[in-house]
Amino acid sequence: MAIIAKDGYVDIVRDKVENFHGNQVVYVSWDDHLLFCAAQAFPLPPQMPFQALVSDVMSSVFNWHDDFEKVNWSQVLWNLDGEAFEPDMAKSLAENGVAHKSLIRFKTPGLTGINGTRI
Amino acid sequence: MAAKKLNLRKRYELLTRGMGWDTTYQKMDDVFPYDSFEGIKITDWDKWEDPFRLTMDAYWKFQAEKEKKLYAIIDSFAQNNGQTNLVDASYLSAIKLFITGVTPLEYGAHQGFAFLGRHFRGEGARVACQMQAIDELRHAQTQIHTISHYNKHFTGLHDPFYQFDRVWYLSVPKSFIEDAQSSGPFEFITSISFAFEYVLTNMLFVPFMSGAAYNGDMATTTFGFSAQSDESRHMTLGLEIIKFMLEQHEDNLPIIQRWIDKHFWRAYRLLALVSAMQDYMLTNSPMSWKEAWEIYFVENGGALFEDLGRYGLKMPKHHELATAEADHLSHQVWSVFCALGSATGFHTFEPSDEKMDWLSEKYPDTFDKYYRPRFEHWKKQKKEGTFKYMESLPQLCQVCQIPMVFTEVQTDPMQLSFRSTEFKGDKYNFCSDGCKDIFEHEPEKYTQAWLPVHQIFQGNCGGATIPEVREWYKFAPEDGSDYFDSQDYRRWQEWHGKDEPAKTGSND
Amino acid sequence: MSGKKNTAFLIFQDNEDARPIIEAVEQDNPGVNIQYQPGMVRLERAGSLIVKRETVEELIGREWDVQEMHLVLISLAGNVDEDDDKFELSWG
Repeated sequence: MAIIAKDGYVDIVRDKVENFHGNQVVYVSWDDHLLFCAAQAFPLPPQMPFQALVSDVMSSVFNWHDDFEKVNWSQVLWNLDGEAFEPDMAKSLAENGVAHKSLIRFKTPGLTGINGTRI
Repeated sequence: MAAKKLNLRKRYELLTRGMGWDTTYQKMDDVFPYDSFEGIKITDWDKWEDPFRLTMDAYWKFQAEKEKKLYAIIDSFAQNNGQTNLVDASYLSAIKLFITGVTPLEYGAHQGFAFLGRHFRGEGARVACQMQAIDELRHAQTQIHTISHYNKHFTGLHDPFYQFDRVWYLSVPKSFIEDAQSSGPFEFITSISFAFEYVLTNMLFVPFMSGAAYNGDMATTTFGFSAQSDESRHMTLGLEIIKFMLEQHEDNLPIIQRWIDKHFWRAYRLLALVSAMQDYMLTNSPMSWKEAWEIYFVENGGALFEDLGRYGLKMPKHHELATAEADHLSHQVWSVFCALGSATGFHTFEPSDEKMDWLSEKYPDTFDKYYRPRFEHWKKQKKEGTFKYMESLPQLCQVCQIPMVFTEVQTDPMQLSFRSTEFKGDKYNFCSDGCKDIFEHEPEKYTQAWLPVHQIFQGNCGGATIPEVREWYKFAPEDGSDYFDSQDYRRWQEWHGKDEPAKTGSND
Repeated sequence: MSGKKNTAFLIFQDNEDARPIIEAVEQDNPGVNIQYQPGMVRLERAGSLIVKRETVEELIGREWDVQEMHLVLISLAGNVDEDDDKFELSWG
């Protein structure tokens, strides 16, 4: 429903992808690890290989949690924008369907936070 | 024969009505161009009744009296180094957040009411708004005087207005007041006078003013109580405007209900920052957020909406979720401030053992199970020297702009709440159905949101790293991070003798 | 709708100016519950609460304007009805 305004309204999309200098915004959240209070946000090139997201970006951030070094990547369950998905690690984010402001969630069966508290 | 004395109502009517007039050589709609576009229908402005019948002379008299008392106390506080009587300097994180977050809201409210004081067609409503515009400016002034004193002795208070326009957690109150200010006059007054200053005012007041009294902060107690005496008038204005609009035309009901749903939710989300203050930043908490919510929203708000039910008005949408969140809110928000402690202008600290016992008692179903482990983990790391602050940035909600720390409290409290929608080919993310509803009703209003994390990614905030952003925020090196590593803590030790036992956090 | 009446309340600063008003409320409102908290006093009662000018004047020994209450009022709950002789809050 359109905004009710007196003399028309502005049309500003402050976070359109063109404003991010070749990057798009991607959010990543680790299920059952609420030590990370919210999903983490990253500006990433859409052509970045999915493997690089895991090896370079996620490893430098999610290693804040002791569980990270124990992750068995072959068993990780992935979710993209609310749907279960199997990323092709060799392909780019864009080719995997990761769009601007997409949310990636990963779940690590058997690893559920500090003493299994999901923290 | 003694002259018959007019009663208050009649006197007020004679003094204030008839001062307005219908213009003849300009169209009324041109003189008052803003009070019809929202769709609110007012058939008779003369039906407006001021519950507090204050004439200008009475207003000035009472306000002057309040000012004299207030500044005498603030002077005395300054001369006697009243800040040394605080229970603990770590308490001031609450005041730093209040002053950087709320003082600019007072100023924004002043601007908003000044606008209404010109643009409401009815003169009674205009006068009430003019008085409130002056009240809000007064509140900003009293708070600025308090800032001035505390700024001499403590960190984090040197650039509040500059920081309000830039700092990540301050975009929460900024976007709140600007949402109201960029609405039409009837929505503005529904948002500020009713949703914020009536329905939810006590959720702000109890932690800050009562909290200040419990923690030896006479300056805040003083400006707080002084402001609160104005708030009673504001509250009553808020209630009266709702009743007036509902009584004027039945077509107003759905518009008002929607505004109440929206602004209750926006104000409630804003108050999440206050919940963390109430339960964690106050050294001595007069009551928990959950207790205050039960008294001031569930009971008091319930009574209010029961009373307004005769007009067809219902409790605000998503209020049950807000009540369910009361067990979780403060813990979730304080967690993210602690995790991102190198990016705040106020000091953070893990709760002391004593505070955690209090939290266990006040939150028997949730604190020990969901939240104690994270604070104990960080405390242990700080003791071992392995702790470091988070350096990556959180996902923010497009509407409330808070990091999306909220969870599905009604079904799975350890599951983050993710909501999203698409508009003109772009995705938008929200913390809740409440925020999503607000976006979907007026998407163009929120696609322009200045989200701090995205602005950092766009290169508009001084750089890509937290230290660069801190500099752009004008955070001094001594602002933020752990209270126990801070200049505030060291000074406090000096003032009170080095062997003064610490009252909070990592030191135990 | 239940027979239970909703709570009307007044909260005053805990100082000398408010003291006679609090005493007057206590006299004129059977069943009022008074809670002393740091810096403030909360008076609550089911359904309604009234401050009467006459009662306050008897206590302080001078003429009193109901609007003087503004100086010490912190918060309230209920629909307001104010005139020269009283300030009343009520629900329903």
